[in-house]
Amino acid sequence: MAMNDKRGYRSGLVDLRAGEVSREIFVNEHIYAEEQERIFARAWLHVGHESQIPRPGDYFVSSMGEESVILCRDRTDKIHVFLNSCRHRGMKVCRYDQGSTPVFTCPYHGWSYGTDGRLVGVPYFREAYHSRLDKEKWGLVEVAQMHNYKGSIWATWDAAAPGFTEYLGDFTRYLDLQLDGWDGREGQAEVLGGIQKWLVPCNWKFPAENFSGDTYHNISHRSVDLAGIGPSGAGRRDMGERDVSRKLHVCIPDRGHQTIHYVLPAGQLPPPAYQNAPIVAEYFRHCEEEKRRRRGEEARLVGAPGEIFPNTALLSRQPRTMAVWHPRSAHQTECWRWFFVDREAPTEVKHFLRDYYIRYSGPAGMTEQDDMENWNYAHAASRGTIARRYPYNYDQGSGTAVTDYEYQGLRVPGEVIDLTETQSSEQPMRNFYRRWAEFMEADDWSRLATWRGSERKAAE
Amino acid sequence: MAEREARIDRLLLSQEIADFLYREAELLDERRYREWLDLLADDVRYWMPIRRNVKLGDDEGEFTRAQSDINWFDEGKDTLSRRVKQIETGIHWAEEPRSRLSHLVTNVQVQGAEPSFAAPQEVSVTSRFLIYRNRVETETDILVGRREDQLRRNGAGWLLARRKIILDQNVLLSKNLTFFI
Repeated sequence: MAMNDKRGYRSGLVDLRAGEVSREIFVNEHIYAEEQERIFARAWLHVGHESQIPRPGDYFVSSMGEESVILCRDRTDKIHVFLNSCRHRGMKVCRYDQGSTPVFTCPYHGWSYGTDGRLVGVPYFREAYHSRLDKEKWGLVEVAQMHNYKGSIWATWDAAAPGFTEYLGDFTRYLDLQLDGWDGREGQAEVLGGIQKWLVPCNWKFPAENFSGDTYHNISHRSVDLAGIGPSGAGRRDMGERDVSRKLHVCIPDRGHQTIHYVLPAGQLPPPAYQNAPIVAEYFRHCEEEKRRRRGEEARLVGAPGEIFPNTALLSRQPRTMAVWHPRSAHQTECWRWFFVDREAPTEVKHFLRDYYIRYSGPAGMTEQDDMENWNYAHAASRGTIARRYPYNYDQGSGTAVTDYEYQGLRVPGEVIDLTETQSSEQPMRNFYRRWAEFMEADDWSRLATWRGSERKAAE
Repeated sequence: MAEREARIDRLLLSQEIADFLYREAELLDERRYREWLDLLADDVRYWMPIRRNVKLGDDEGEFTRAQSDINWFDEGKDTLSRRVKQIETGIHWAEEPRSRLSHLVTNVQVQGAEPSFAAPQEVSVTSRFLIYRNRVETETDILVGRREDQLRRNGAGWLLARRKIILDQNVLLSKNLTFFI
């Protein structure tokens, strides 16, 4: 076995032909530092949701990669994302998690900024600066691009990055499932109060690949299945809709987004769920019918865990959450989780779901606890000199994806593997790491927007 | 004399309640979870809000709300019992091998008793906790904070009817909360 050297990224660490990925990409601190520049400074990242800042002056402090950012709504109702660092000497200008303010005043020397980011106050401006400081030039650093997609706020530091919807590509529909109403109306999601934030001692790519669509980790969750926390009192979820559906892996090549997905048979609505709670059961039964009426065949698509490259996880069914895996070091990740309900759902439905979300997700969640134990110790056991010489295996289901998948009249775009019989594949992880390697190798977006040539050709 | 008796009632009750809390902590640390569940009222509420950094004066915004926001914990006996059941499966990897825990309970103060200190049926008590968790080889967590408990008379003993847990952390520094506080 060849010795690994200790430098940073080089070609070959992700070897999809062999179905292998080197452990170096998880534990090597040089590679981690390169990721901050090549991935987190260039990709679109999830920042928050507009329902967290409903009024002018409202703000929510979020994170993009390692860095603190302020999501805020200015006096004219325009939404901004700023680097949370004073231009004068770098102090955080906002150290609250959320709130409402007319200005952000730096506690160090007192420079203050409007909610539109403009530098509006400089102590001794006339005396010490002789009124010569160009305030227009010294406003808060704003992201290069921001996009409000059905209420969810996304941003990138790279002005050359493609627009957000182009970045999503054919993955749009899976984010729609997260943000649209259960009844198929557009953008009906609301974030519940309380964002869970917690530290896990592992590289950020462990949760990212897990949420990309790990269909293989049943043993991780056997204990919660036995304890029975599902909405109808058994297992960890109501399985009716999954049991009658085709189970798929859907990957968007070129983009690095991927998800588990279920497709109901033509003409079939999801079987009844939430059987111990009649009001909740009735709400969802009604919503499913409405969605079928509004969306037709598209309503047969049923969401499941997925990942938008690089570090945003979706879960558009229950428990309906989004998570961001913030890198904190090669060996530590800060997880943030947002919980969603339909804005207009009855209070009783919101409460019922909230109870389920809390017992399922996050550090006290009876399902997620066991995931984090595995990520923690998988990472720790991969750091050794000998361990690093042996790559992980990602060969499951190699070469079995199709690009023309259709089930009973419904076409599903992307690279698709039908798992209904085979149970599992690692196509989503291969898709994720293929994209990861492209980001590590390509010097600019002209080489990263690999789809532009082929999509132009297809259009011609 | 009456005043002295009232003070003795208070003292006896304080001692009795502190004993209850120490015994409860001992059951948890000795992993006698079924006996611990027996100390919980059937309608118990076990709540641990998330704490936010907020501006002076925004006391309301500092804590997520019970039974409407997302919290670390906000549940009743059914879910608590399922947590015990999960540990008992022996394949709950986050507690397998099991953690070593010590609950240090201190600053116990009985805040009120209904209808009276002499014949209490409901007692509110506050305390501080320091929980030391060590597991596998070197993994260590220390959690410190305050508990606000409501206890209810049950024959000769007491039941925990409500617990609010105020942890002195914002970002949770532990990867999980697989234990009771």
